[in-house]
Amino acid sequence: MEYLTLQNIGLVTGFMLMLIGLYGALTQKNILRIIVAFTIFDAGLNLVIVALSYIKGRVAPIIDQTTGVTNLSEKFVDPIPQALVLTSIVIGVGVTGVMLTFALRMFKTRHSLDINDFKQTKW
Amino acid sequence: MYKNMFIILLLAGFGLLLGSFLLTHHEYLSLPQLPAYYADNTAPEVGAANVVTAVVVTYRGFDTLGEVTILFVAASLIAMFLKHSKAPRHDRHPRPSSVILSTSQKLLFPLIVLFGAYVFANGHLTPGGGFQGGAIIATGFLLLLMANPQAEFKHGLLNAIESISGTSYVIIGILGAILGLGFLDNRFISLGQLGTLFSAGAIPVIYSLIGLKVGAELSNILHHLNEVQNEE
Repeated sequence: MEYLTLQNIGLVTGFMLMLIGLYGALTQKNILRIIVAFTIFDAGLNLVIVALSYIKGRVAPIIDQTTGVTNLSEKFVDPIPQALVLTSIVIGVGVTGVMLTFALRMFKTRHSLDINDFKQTKW
Repeated sequence: MYKNMFIILLLAGFGLLLGSFLLTHHEYLSLPQLPAYYADNTAPEVGAANVVTAVVVTYRGFDTLGEVTILFVAASLIAMFLKHSKAPRHDRHPRPSSVILSTSQKLLFPLIVLFGAYVFANGHLTPGGGFQGGAIIATGFLLLLMANPQAEFKHGLLNAIESISGTSYVIIGILGAILGLGFLDNRFISLGQLGTLFSAGAIPVIYSLIGLKVGAELSNILHHLNEVQNEE
């Protein structure tokens, strides 16, 4: 039971999502499915970063009546990973939009979304 | 066959890496020096009740400016790639959306935009902020496009909102450098009382501008993607 902490549950879920996303990105042939796999990977990574900032028994870093204004560094969880994840989520949306746009352009040139139809981009 | 082996090996290796991290990492028992400084000094220095907002907008405000720039570049890239052709588009006549969707859209759209505005205006007090509020507003526009795929937005208006709020963000940052202590310093407006709406100096202004900008940008992206679909 020692390992069943809230942080470990968050970490394991995030790691599973990352593995599922990586598996999808490597095995799927349809470009749209690959993009979905990337977003799943992204979600898992964000979950891992937030889970790492958790400290047992502490509250979210927002000052209110229950926290008071003194000794806050002994009551709050780490605010920096949360700020970084906020950034990461927004960038993720932008990157997903760009990926979808590329997929649209590729569909317009070949009328297909199967990566096997795009031989010239193969390494 | 070799390809499958490669994939299995890669996944196993990555899983092993993550698993070993899981077994060896230790939970923090107290905050490291920098987050402890942020937690203790946000109230007296920045005056925001939400420490994450203080970190995002003030302590690391320069990063956020870069983030907004990245989002702007992504939106411009999408607009450039999806520049709609001048060729006369043959009008599709899609099946009209269901009564439930079109009625609820009329009811919900103003409420969603209002909620988005609430979330970004209260970013320094509650778990919210410009990016979240902007995303909520874009969801409202998505609902609008789902109910009526032929809808025409005023591109000029969205672009004007976006560029005006982006420019004002930088101007407020420079004002902070002139009147306050440094670029994006929020203390050139009085800090007010902790926990009230008009507090934390320039943070609510900056976050509202970010909210408008992100909302306009994401709505623009959705509209561009939808227009290409109409052209097919």
